[in-house]
Amino acid sequence: MADELFFKSIAELGDLLAARTVSATELTRAVLARTQAVEGRLHAFNSRDEAEALAQAGASDARRAAGQARGPLDGIPVGLKDVIAVAGQPLTASSRMLANFVSPYDATVTARLKAAGAVFWGRLNCDEFAMGSSTENSAFGPTSNPWDLTRVPGGSSGGSAAALAAGAAIATLGSDTGGSIRQPAALCGVVGLKPTYGLVSRYGLVAFASSLDQIGPLTRTVEDAAIMLGALAGHDPLDSTSFPADIPDYRAELKRRPGPWRLGIPKEYFGAGLDPEVQAAVERAMDFYRAQGCTLQEVSLPHTQYCLDTYYIIATAEASSNLARYDGVRYGHRSTAAKDAVDLYRQSRAEGFGAEVKRRIILGTYVLSSGYYDAYYLRAQKVRTLIRQDFLNAYREVDALLTPTSPVPAFKLGEKSDPLALYLCDIYTIGVNLAGLPAVSVPCGFTAGGLPIGLQLIGRPFDEANLLALAGAYERGHDWHRRTPSL
Amino acid sequence: MNYEAVIGLEVHVQIKTHSKVFTRVAAGYGQPANTLTDPVVLALPGTLPVMNKAALDAAIKAGLLLNAAIAPVCKWDRKNYFYPDSPKNYQISQYDQPICVGGAVEIELPGPARNVMGAHRLVPLTRIHLEEDVGKLHHSATESLVDYNRAGTPLLEIVSEPEMHSAEEAFAYLTSLRATMIYGGISDCDMEKGQLRCDANISIRPVGETKLGTKVELKNLNSISFVRDGIDLEIKRQVAVLERGGVLIQETRDYDGQTGTSQSLRSKEMAHDYRYFPDPDLMPVKVDAAWQERLRAECPELPLAKQRRFAERYQLPYTLTSVLVWQRALADYFEETVRLAGLDQAQVVGNWIVNDLLRELAAPAAPGLAEAKVRPSHLAALVQLVGSGAVRAHAAKEIFTEMFATGESPEAIADRRGLKAAPTDAGELEQWCRAAIAGNAKAQAEFRAGKDSAINAFKGPVMKAAKGRADPPRVDAMLRQLLAGP
Repeated sequence: MADELFFKSIAELGDLLAARTVSATELTRAVLARTQAVEGRLHAFNSRDEAEALAQAGASDARRAAGQARGPLDGIPVGLKDVIAVAGQPLTASSRMLANFVSPYDATVTARLKAAGAVFWGRLNCDEFAMGSSTENSAFGPTSNPWDLTRVPGGSSGGSAAALAAGAAIATLGSDTGGSIRQPAALCGVVGLKPTYGLVSRYGLVAFASSLDQIGPLTRTVEDAAIMLGALAGHDPLDSTSFPADIPDYRAELKRRPGPWRLGIPKEYFGAGLDPEVQAAVERAMDFYRAQGCTLQEVSLPHTQYCLDTYYIIATAEASSNLARYDGVRYGHRSTAAKDAVDLYRQSRAEGFGAEVKRRIILGTYVLSSGYYDAYYLRAQKVRTLIRQDFLNAYREVDALLTPTSPVPAFKLGEKSDPLALYLCDIYTIGVNLAGLPAVSVPCGFTAGGLPIGLQLIGRPFDEANLLALAGAYERGHDWHRRTPSL
Repeated sequence: MNYEAVIGLEVHVQIKTHSKVFTRVAAGYGQPANTLTDPVVLALPGTLPVMNKAALDAAIKAGLLLNAAIAPVCKWDRKNYFYPDSPKNYQISQYDQPICVGGAVEIELPGPARNVMGAHRLVPLTRIHLEEDVGKLHHSATESLVDYNRAGTPLLEIVSEPEMHSAEEAFAYLTSLRATMIYGGISDCDMEKGQLRCDANISIRPVGETKLGTKVELKNLNSISFVRDGIDLEIKRQVAVLERGGVLIQETRDYDGQTGTSQSLRSKEMAHDYRYFPDPDLMPVKVDAAWQERLRAECPELPLAKQRRFAERYQLPYTLTSVLVWQRALADYFEETVRLAGLDQAQVVGNWIVNDLLRELAAPAAPGLAEAKVRPSHLAALVQLVGSGAVRAHAAKEIFTEMFATGESPEAIADRRGLKAAPTDAGELEQWCRAAIAGNAKAQAEFRAGKDSAINAFKGPVMKAAKGRADPPRVDAMLRQLLAGP
């Protein structure tokens, strides 16, 4: 791994901090300086609070000096996607609607990271309300891919992936509704974990689609993902969809699960639209696992062709209702042109929301409308059950599935102006959200042009320990994750 | 032409819980604006609802009290509409699977006279569901303000079948439903505080017709008498429209109880499409048999059942039962007093409560029943003093008034104020008894023929002659002694 502090992993830095070779303040200063150096080209951040980050780093150093360090995350600068609430900090969802909103409360994940001693560094850019696959839908301008500044970082957690890849954070949080952690992780050459639905609390996550949203970490290594997940996971009484699962020591489990695994290759995930370089990289990953003694077999997820339609009905329906609260009455953007209450809604929302958000609200409103509910929403829920059943059937024969994360590597900024072309970026990731499964994207190579490629591994519900061990086995046999972009 | 009104009521009852239905902040009334709020109530970005189990308990209990079927699963839906009193711009409610289905409210219709019991009937219910209340708007000439203190208060919506046919029936329905909710501890049902709110669906049709007429929804019936007056007015309005050859339109009308008028709010064409769908933030909750049974055990006897029991067990007349049973605390007070004073004193106790206790409680600045200084033990002691002849009826009234004010025991008051009757000597008593027996040959013959109750015919004259100073047990004993002789 690179020598610079800001390119090191949580695990490596944890050792350095524990040995007092490096202080949290030094580490935070290094990340702040790196951010200063690259942010002008990246635009990964919506806001930053250097004084607050240094104060937290100082508090971490004081704890350590007093022998009260809280574990591997104490003193580690972590960036949060700008859809996760931190008390006293801006929470914009990259929307004009919330441009001036400051959250008065902490998300549960925020509270847990605080308890673990993490240093909060910046609110990271994303597609507006996490709707998009390129971060171009941000009201505050797009983020660039650190590997090629003319390209997108993916999305919606593009800022989280780009900042991490560029060394402007040691780890970040994203949210994943249809691939929003894994796809940008793949496009930026980092690890991105979408946990099982219900494993990590959604309290304090600006809702896009409640039944699909899940917070997860973006990290340099699989071990770091295990460390982060250990801090984030666990039942939360403030989230009724939070599952009271037993939380293992994910980091320790990495070493206790040597495999081999039975891996399924869903045939529907290797069809038209898959970039040949991506396909070749994923096939080399299959060869690697085979060489490690794993058995690989083709499996079928027959309802895959319905994933995109199902997703865009359910996600937009929920979004149309979730985003109704942004009305200019209690907080957020309020139009000054309004004449009455209805006009206040109309004008505030017209001015506050961007085009993609409006498109999805309109779509979602339509599919829930009287007379259309049965044909769209209800049917989509039934298909969703079939999609989940496809995965569970496959898991009778295999332990995990192996697929590309994204059909294509990072594309040019502005290249995909047609929303439908952009929606196709998520075809390998949205099934996982519909089925509520855990999945991780790990770097598995580069294109001839030097763009990262991601490998997606999909696990059984609440089986993150095995999933991370499987991903860790790949990572130990490769050094893709050690490469850093030249910025 | 003669018309029949068809009326269904939609009643909203605020559930009396400590906290709101989907978050921990306190529920309440009369607090400074927007102080009973938190990030969840205000629908700040990222907040999520968590169900208050006590609210669900209350909803199930309401269903059990009204003999509804309890759904095995409590499921939540979002009702989507934009209005400034609704912080999320959707209301968490129950759409296609209400927590309670069916059931009925037993009502008593007005009798032929005030002191005669009217007919009883069951008004069937369609459903009861649980939802969250909205905030309150305050309009002034230049601005509108919102207070979210009420938002998120647990609310029951109780929907009747359209099976009432007069304003009187609607009035009786609401009276009985309100008493039931108060009895069950579900709500205080104070209409002035908005704890009970009523909308009415009203249509008319020619008598004999089975098809329903055009329905008008009447809103803002903010007191029980407004419900009666508003429905009366609407029925008359509809009849008038039809009689002059007009056509009724399906609409929502706003009733103004102050002026006794109503005006159209919106017509059916402007009806909302609420885009109901299951709330993905809340998990369905299973309600098993044990849960139901636990709540069933907490269900009290309802007023009209109590009325039947009081009539039977205590032999009380309707004039007493009709007053005693509607307040649970008053009925309990009665039963406790009778337990202490003796079953034979039930009617006497009932009279004291209905005539004297309620009169004192109704006085300005009087305490409520719960705070009243006269406890059942006081009243029972007073009844016994009168019964034993130690205190005369006239003096007892004075003692009661003082006892109500001070909470002192009736013995103490009687002693202190010299209100005890002078004891009667045996000679006097014998004289009164002999006179009474001599004065009623018929009863004398009946008693001697074995009709024991005939003895009562002598007691009145004795008591009258004694001017209340005679002790009933002693009178009874003396009469028996004299009647047994030659």
